[in-house]
Amino acid sequence: MKHRVKFEVNGEAAEIEAEPRETLLDVVRERFGLTGAHAGCEHGACGACTVLVDGAAVRSCLLFAVQCEGRSVQTIEAFGTPAALHPMQEAFRTHHALQCGFCTPAMVLTAIDMLAHSPNATETEIRAALAGNLCRCTGYAGIVDAVCSLAGREPVDS
Amino acid sequence: MKPAPFEYVRATQLGDALAALASDDDAKVIAGGQSLVPLMALRLARPALLVDVNDLPLDTVEVANNEVRLGSLVRHVRLERDAVVVRAAPLLAEAAALIGYPAIRNRGTLGGSVAHADPAAELPAALVALDGVVLAEGREGTRRISARDFFEGFLTTVLAPDELVVGVQVPVAAERHGASFREWAPRAGDFAVAGVAVVIELDAGGVCVSLGAAACGVGSTPVDLHEVLTDAGVLGASDVGDSLLRSTAQAAARTARGDDDREQLVGLLTAAALHDAFARARGGDASGTGVAA
Ligand SMILES: Cc1cc2nc3c(=O)[nH]c(=O)nc-3n(C[C@H](O)[C@H](O)[C@H](O)COP(=O)(O)OP(=O)(O)OC[C@H]3O[C@@H](n4cnc5c(N)ncnc54)[C@H](O)[C@@H]3O)c2cc1C
Ligand code: FES
Ligand code: FES
Repeated sequence: MKHRVKFEVNGEAAEIEAEPRETLLDVVRERFGLTGAHAGCEHGACGACTVLVDGAAVRSCLLFAVQCEGRSVQTIEAFGTPAALHPMQEAFRTHHALQCGFCTPAMVLTAIDMLAHSPNATETEIRAALAGNLCRCTGYAGIVDAVCSLAGREPVDS
Repeated sequence: MKPAPFEYVRATQLGDALAALASDDDAKVIAGGQSLVPLMALRLARPALLVDVNDLPLDTVEVANNEVRLGSLVRHVRLERDAVVVRAAPLLAEAAALIGYPAIRNRGTLGGSVAHADPAAELPAALVALDGVVLAEGREGTRRISARDFFEGFLTTVLAPDELVVGVQVPVAAERHGASFREWAPRAGDFAVAGVAVVIELDAGGVCVSLGAAACGVGSTPVDLHEVLTDAGVLGASDVGDSLLRSTAQAAARTARGDDDREQLVGLLTAAALHDAFARARGGDASGTGVAA
């Protein structure tokens, strides 16, 4: 049986009908065209599908869309524009923190959530926070540098 | 979309959740979904009905009568950060911080971890070490089950299929309380190969008057190390010198005998956790979240 779900996607009210087994990842990609949320493993292992729900980073492949009634969902598309990058995106650019880009939206969102709670995070804490997001290209050094460059400053505003 | 089809209900009252669970033999509770949904994606679990309990008023932290009572929907991230939990149940805060990654801790729940009963999970071992109680609610009423009796085997507990974990209860950390959770995982955030929780209480003279300990990752349930540490002479000790640490480590290692990967590891982790616990009980070591006031 399909369920009606009312929620907010990137700041706009949305209403959909979803089968219970449709994940939030399926829905943001296929219904909303928000393909910045990437489908990697689709069972919780890689982190590529990370989005923010009520401001907190979650794996969108492990949350069913029907569970998002009344929630506010943000994907990477809500952050920055090509002309005016979000500070975290700018830091990734500066520090060569991406190659193919598959892991990047999730890395950026995970880092934004982390610095919102621990603005003075140490490198060790940053590495631990990013450990659940796999990157096959960069070797992580640039990613860690990018996030470290923003730690210890004013909290990154979303 | 990888899971098999299922029906879904969101319960807003405990009674509705219990009725929905009893309505279908293949019904399952979904809390944080961080263990259940991967199993569904791999089709190792194919529930016919998911009963979503996330809207039940069980995201609660209360301190009364020298007990901390935590609702089953308290997420790992709250255990890690909540000032009351950090002060009154520092072992749970420290254990929760070791679970997976931030995105997992933002969703995963205390009740889910306890009901799932993964032998490598931190919170079940922490509850056994604290001699905590699991509060289960069924249609016949509430059961208080000692954590030491709750875990039966790999992913198996004494919970009936139509019962819900509604919370857990642990004693409030006393004044000279010291707790530590030590584990080893090949990569930060991965399930630990093994972990050891130790909690002690010292009297005014610095003598250990109460103790609890348990290991995860060894065997099919949390392994209660209370007796092992008691027999090794930790109870009544006023200091943990090299010889006591060594003999305790050897005794703890024997609980993992035959498991080449874990035997020495359990010994080392036990010694490290015991050392931390004493330091924290004396107020000497402020590292980690398991700080004793
Ligand atoms: C990448 C990754 C890494 C992880 N690493 C760790 C780790 O290092 N350590 C660790 O301990 N865990 C780890 N986990 C699992 C995580 O801790 C889960 O949050 C936890 O095991 C289950 O909690 P949940 O709320 O997500 O439960 P769910 O997945 O919703 O449910 C799990 C099981 O418990 C049942 N259940 C849930 N709530 C209740 C209830 N109140 N009453 C009765 N039954 C209930 C469900 O029916 C299901 O069978 C990891 C998960 C992932 C995806
Ligand atoms: S796609 Fe969600 S964790 Fe891999
Ligand atoms: S940049 Fe290619 S996976 Fe990270």
